[in-house]
Amino acid sequence: MLDYMRSNRREVIAGVVLIALLAAYLGSHPRGASTYVMTIWANQCLILGLAACAQFFAVVVRGIDLSVGAVMALTNCVASYLLDGSAVGIAVGMLAVVATGALCGLLNGMIVVYGRIQPIVVTLATASIFVGIALLLRPTPGGAVNYDLADAMTLDLLGIPTALIITVVAVIGFWLPFRRTGLGLGLYALGSSEQAAFQSGIDTRFIRLAAFTLAGLFGGLAGLFYSFVTTTGDAGIAAGFTLNSIAAVVLGGVLLRGGVGSLIGALAGAFILKTIASLMFFSGIPSLAQPLFEGMILAAAIAIGGADVLRARNKLEVFS
Amino acid sequence: MVSIMSDNSTPLLEMRGISKHFGATKALDRVDFTCNAGEVHAVLGENGAGKSTLMKLIAGVLQPTHGQLRVDGQDVFLNTPQTALRHGLVCMFQELSLVPDLTVRENLLLGAPGAGLGWLAGTGLDKAQDVLNRIGAGQIKMGTRVADLTLPQRQQVEIAKAIMKKPRLLILDEATSALSASVVEGVFDLVREERDSGTAILFISHRFHEIEALADRVSVFRNGQRVETFMKGDHTYSEIIGMMVGQKIEELFPPKPPSQRDADIVLDVQNYTWESQVRDVSLSVKRGQIVGLGGLDGQGQGAFLMGLFGLLRKAEGTTAISGQATEINSPKEAKKRDISLAYIPEDRKTEGLILDQSIQENLELAALGRPDLDAGDTALYAGSLDQLALKHGGLELPVSSLSGGNQQKVVLAKWLALKPRCLLLADPTRGIDVKTKTQIYAILRKLADQGTAIILLSTDYEELIQLCDETHIFFDGKVVASLNGDDLTPENIIAATLNVASEPQAAHA
Repeated sequence: MLDYMRSNRREVIAGVVLIALLAAYLGSHPRGASTYVMTIWANQCLILGLAACAQFFAVVVRGIDLSVGAVMALTNCVASYLLDGSAVGIAVGMLAVVATGALCGLLNGMIVVYGRIQPIVVTLATASIFVGIALLLRPTPGGAVNYDLADAMTLDLLGIPTALIITVVAVIGFWLPFRRTGLGLGLYALGSSEQAAFQSGIDTRFIRLAAFTLAGLFGGLAGLFYSFVTTTGDAGIAAGFTLNSIAAVVLGGVLLRGGVGSLIGALAGAFILKTIASLMFFSGIPSLAQPLFEGMILAAAIAIGGADVLRARNKLEVFS
Repeated sequence: MVSIMSDNSTPLLEMRGISKHFGATKALDRVDFTCNAGEVHAVLGENGAGKSTLMKLIAGVLQPTHGQLRVDGQDVFLNTPQTALRHGLVCMFQELSLVPDLTVRENLLLGAPGAGLGWLAGTGLDKAQDVLNRIGAGQIKMGTRVADLTLPQRQQVEIAKAIMKKPRLLILDEATSALSASVVEGVFDLVREERDSGTAILFISHRFHEIEALADRVSVFRNGQRVETFMKGDHTYSEIIGMMVGQKIEELFPPKPPSQRDADIVLDVQNYTWESQVRDVSLSVKRGQIVGLGGLDGQGQGAFLMGLFGLLRKAEGTTAISGQATEINSPKEAKKRDISLAYIPEDRKTEGLILDQSIQENLELAALGRPDLDAGDTALYAGSLDQLALKHGGLELPVSSLSGGNQQKVVLAKWLALKPRCLLLADPTRGIDVKTKTQIYAILRKLADQGTAIILLSTDYEELIQLCDETHIFFDGKVVASLNGDDLTPENIIAATLNVASEPQAAHA
């Protein structure tokens, strides 16, 4: 157990911080730990959580995805057209929304892999394209999402917020098994040492393509869930989510140099970030000062993550 | 050339007329090579003889410029490591192929035969654990991150990973370089077992006693060509060393003046120790003296040189400059006027130059930060640029537009502007053409004649013999031999490099 905690210390630290913050939040909230408070909190957290998952898949292969928010905006706008009407129509619509996200990711991946261009440049460009399409679809916020479905996804089940259930299912049903597949391990191998991965006979191109496609797919899921929460389509949501998704993965212990971190960490980072924001809201700090405090907390967290450099004995390693 | 077909059966691997060029450098030049099933074939050669390139071609990491590879008599094209694996060609690389951020178990899972992108069942893990137990690595926990393992432990995991792939041809490229003698014995038993079950083994090692213990057949490489292939025991050690060494090229080097024994000591280092890589090294260099540092790659000589220039933290030992005890904690201190060291790093492209900046800007880099010098003054560099005959199309062009040899001249010139009293050079002629080498030798000799003290790390023993007054050979972090005068011979250097006594019979360890 101790060994397990040591080798996953980043996730453990993030988890402890999250629990402490949540306790502080529920303690300071006028309505306390009620289902209502928990549900609203969990919904906000899961939107950013899914965006952070998207960012995680790009970062773990030593990339970055600046189009996460744009994919969310695009899929949100698509959802606002497709998620109403007959049950079958809605089911197909949900698939189409997620598929749209995956396609966006696949496009990013193909340009990165076959065009041999850095992910930061590629996703900066495609982000504009995705937002552009979203704006054509929804020049102004609007559209509708089936209310019954939206309620089912964003309220609670026997007092437990649905968003938390979705989170647990994503971790247990998807992440833990995925981590044991060749693709799952290949992501880490590629991010940790591309040369070692290549020499071990891993198809590095396919893995990178898959990583960006997964990033797009989770961006699509984030957009879908955002649609359930807001029940409208809005093309203007991109920028905030992209930056916060990067902050979230860093907070959750995912190293931007790739190869280290987990989906659990990314989710925890997103939950922490949202909880801090909620805490600020009820703490009496003037709202104009909130970005200042959020930024300081974020900077402190990142500084702790970079403390490894102090152990380097060869000064040249600090720069590599 | 000896015919190496021992019988009429088809060799497992056959290479015909293989050449591999990197730009103008010919790493391999029309090599014919075969490897039979059920045989341990040792490959010998100096650094840069082409052994590692040969292995990378077989493993599918590199592709030949010319020539054809055949497996079981069929032409094959190995464009990726996956293709090579499909033919059963498995390489245990010198540069380790383990993923540092994954655990031992995960690395083994990734390397298991038939591991695709789907669920990893973990077949073969028992076999890998069995191998680890047999080679004295049973204490390695499967859940440990590879980054937290020691170098010997990583090599043991590499061996297990290679063997669990059930190779038909297994390449061991310096596979045991970090392992202790008892562990090596276990590895050899395992290799013999693999051989007896029909696996072909290609074995690269610099340790003669390992070749003695394991090889059935030996091939010697030199300068990208296969010199000879013979059965073990057909040649003595000194004959084999003779094949590795080849002919002499003394005319490249300026004449060596008699060494001045009574000159002042410029740099004196006592008991230098850093991590486990440099252990208790003491040496000194006098005015006008060129002191060589030799040894195989990574025996601590490179780290020692970095340490002198203040690049290593928490090193132990004392340093004195012209008799004055000095602590050098950074390159900025090392280049100060009262210390005045200069360091020419091993990798000029990443550590010596800023490739995208102009030649002029690169030249100014070392003089910047010295208050007594005006870095912008072109007169600082003109002298050494003339003498080195730098070929360039204008000093305002990016330094990346120069050839490798001319780039190295820029690195040299930028430090010579500081008129260092002691010059530290890390293999300054590696990968450089012969003509530039001669020019660098000439300027080093001239600097020494003018009173500069020089420490020259080199992987080319000719440089150690022809340029240096004294040469220290590193092995496993320690200086194992200090040679000067008539003792500076290729045979002595190679013997010390391999850490065997120079008498052949003493080499049976």
